[in-house]
Amino acid sequence: MEICRRKDGLEISELDPFLAELLRQIPASTSIENSPAAQQRIFSAPTGDEHKEICAEWKIYVEPELQRLFRSATETVIADLEQLSGNEKTFANRSLIIPTEHADAWLNALNQARLTISARNDFSDGELGDNYGSPIGSRRDLSLFQVNFYGFLQEFILRELIGCPESSSA
Amino acid sequence: MIREGGLDRLDRAPRRSITVRSVITVSSSTLTDPTIEQQTDTEEELDIPWQVVVHNDPVNLMTYVTMVFQRVFGYPREKAERHMLEVHQQGRSILWSGVRERAELYVQQLHGYLLLATMEKVN
Repeated sequence: MEICRRKDGLEISELDPFLAELLRQIPASTSIENSPAAQQRIFSAPTGDEHKEICAEWKIYVEPELQRLFRSATETVIADLEQLSGNEKTFANRSLIIPTEHADAWLNALNQARLTISARNDFSDGELGDNYGSPIGSRRDLSLFQVNFYGFLQEFILRELIGCPESSSA
Repeated sequence: MIREGGLDRLDRAPRRSITVRSVITVSSSTLTDPTIEQQTDTEEELDIPWQVVVHNDPVNLMTYVTMVFQRVFGYPREKAERHMLEVHQQGRSILWSGVRERAELYVQQLHGYLLLATMEKVN
């Protein structure tokens, strides 16, 4: 896989089928259905339990706004991923372009996916900080790889499209 | 960009009247006839400020968190990085303090960027 900056966005080329599939999994990975942990993380409380009234109003008025924002970001990514639809054998010659104006939507959707996967798997700080972990041998390893791969993409988008210097997880 | 739906929500929120504050407006044409308006605010909103706190999260990237602080609060990069490092090293950082409505709006924006943020009354 190669990633390079173009004047109108970021181009990801020479995709192998495995990484292409991980990219296509971004929208599905943002789903928080059947995961209270993921729901709690994506829609976290605005204040402590002592302010029940604020939390109740938040659920009624703010969470729908946030849902719309997150859905809009995911839909933008789904539309961009259409570039990868088709026969997997042709991936070697195919590239994915992330337009500069879609950078914020990609950052948001990738963040939704990373947070949701992490919450579903209850990854420890140690696991998340281990960027040189063992090869993929289980579903859990694959999910951790997914979180790191999406983080790697976020770093590229931040550096190349938003103009932020490189760093690691907070 | 984050859509600012917070003010719209606050407009619909129920108003509580605890403290009555009088505002006297003097008209230039009729100096002898001042108008007295009544403006209502809750005691909490007038007296006790709220603070916006961002909590540590091992998933969000440091670069991303810094960018969010710059965008939401308009902080220069150095100040945004100081807060990001405080979150990273001490588990939390107070980003802003002031009236409740503004604190709610900031927390909503931070949640839009998927940061772990809360608002607390200042002790």
